[in-house]
Amino acid sequence: MSLSNENIITVKNLVKKFGTFVANDHLTFEVKKGEIFGFLGANGAGKTTAIKILCGLSYPTSGELSVAGFDIYTQREKVKKNIGYMSQRFSLYDDLTVFENIRFYGGIYGLRKKEIDSRSHDLMQRLGFESARNKLIRDIPLGWKQKLAFSVAILHNPKIVFLDEPTGGVDPITRRQFWDMIFEAAHGGITVFVTTHYMDEAEYCDRVSIMVDGRIAALDTPDNLKRQFSAPSMNEVFIKLART
Amino acid sequence: MSVPSVHVQQLTKRFKDTLALDDISFDVGRGELFGFIGPDGAGKTSLFRILTTLLLADAGICTVEGFDVVKDYRQIRKISGYMPGKFSLYQDLTVEENLKFFATIFGTTIRENYDLVKEIYQQIEPFKNRKAGKLSGGMKQKLALSCAMIHKPEVLFLDEPTTGVDAVSRLEFWEMLKRLKASGITILVSTPYMDEASLCDRVALMQSGRIMTISTPQEVISNYPLSLLSVKSGDIYTLLGELREYPGVHSVYAFGQSAHVAYQKNDITPESLHFFLKSKGHKQVEIIETVANIEDCFMELMTSPMKE
Repeated sequence: MSLSNENIITVKNLVKKFGTFVANDHLTFEVKKGEIFGFLGANGAGKTTAIKILCGLSYPTSGELSVAGFDIYTQREKVKKNIGYMSQRFSLYDDLTVFENIRFYGGIYGLRKKEIDSRSHDLMQRLGFESARNKLIRDIPLGWKQKLAFSVAILHNPKIVFLDEPTGGVDPITRRQFWDMIFEAAHGGITVFVTTHYMDEAEYCDRVSIMVDGRIAALDTPDNLKRQFSAPSMNEVFIKLART
Repeated sequence: MSVPSVHVQQLTKRFKDTLALDDISFDVGRGELFGFIGPDGAGKTSLFRILTTLLLADAGICTVEGFDVVKDYRQIRKISGYMPGKFSLYQDLTVEENLKFFATIFGTTIRENYDLVKEIYQQIEPFKNRKAGKLSGGMKQKLALSCAMIHKPEVLFLDEPTTGVDAVSRLEFWEMLKRLKASGITILVSTPYMDEASLCDRVALMQSGRIMTISTPQEVISNYPLSLLSVKSGDIYTLLGELREYPGVHSVYAFGQSAHVAYQKNDITPESLHFFLKSKGHKQVEIIETVANIEDCFMELMTSPMKE
């Protein structure tokens, strides 16, 4: 995919400390508009800390950060309006129906009722969920929840969507259908920032960063990383870097 | 196979409208490392809970080391170690207190069976005074395994021990299992990570309460019924869509930066496919014949109609 040269995320010397513990140790990187950017690292490497900061949920200790064109210190509310977020634990309400969840998120992001109705109609048609419109979230299969959670996260056409381990636990076909949706969103110009423990998914990314102990230990395209570490797969690149 | 360590015959379990386990049968040999591979909802946890006598089946026979899961549940609890999928240790007890607790309820001591857990426990021993709730994912996993082992079980049930942990911790965990296996213990382990299948002696591939196939990982792969091409181009997104429309294609799935194209032998030639993709404007097209991996096999089994 041809990437623009425009940076949608710029991070310079991001430091985040908790007491004496340095969770993010001078992170510097850029994410290009329309890119699928893989943000990998071992458990406890500092990924979640960095994502929270990028989403405007936590302040850095120091560093310069711009997300979707807005400053992370002074324009947090604008950052939040221009991003979408989906986590492993989903962001859907179990005791609301499919449609109620869509309406709820549409409302939060300030969409008008007409817009919500037309977008939710399109969305359910696209996902083939028409029959599940009035079903409670707790009663639909895991794979459907993941697809819906992703669709809801991009309902307001954000510039960037953050996906924190989005594909855990589903079968390999559903996992791929989910990635088809990611490709489609990226094709439509949404920048995708994704974490995963599935190393084959790292290969779907345009570029991948790998965090080790609070620092970015490597950042490049999957092909270049494999070449650089003389490894046949991203799994081995990761193991070479993260194994102590 | 001599007397199996675990024997399951026509096991069925239903939760309201959901058939969690649908007429499942299998045997696990003594000392075998046996994997249950499948996504959430496949029935793995229900199966393990029945075998560890924590859940009653609706129908079927299950024995562990010859003991019946209903009649002889007390004996089974003595000889089994169980590591549940959800972290179930006491978060507000320290690492050492947790291990001591499990040793005590099984009427033993850490010292008596230290050798058995030594290799694993040593890695977390520097943190033995830390509360279990404050451990990282990989350390929790090691503590849970130590606790499941401290009473010297004959059969070990590990329910998704590697879910949510990073690739390095997963690798280390499987290295530990290999060494445990060498001590002769029977290990049943479940996982949603397909690539872990190759580390087991035999695997059951599960989906929606059914076992789709049971065999060695090598046999799963050699039984793959189709031919497979690995196709690459500069643009994976349009590549996937266009490959799916190509005549003779059985299925197309993304694998990293390539697409795996499955077809009946002779239905497609790499040359004509190459020509087709070029005509669609793809550049840097690469097509090579490849062999199936466990995920290819799993997806083919999922989509092919049941035998019988």
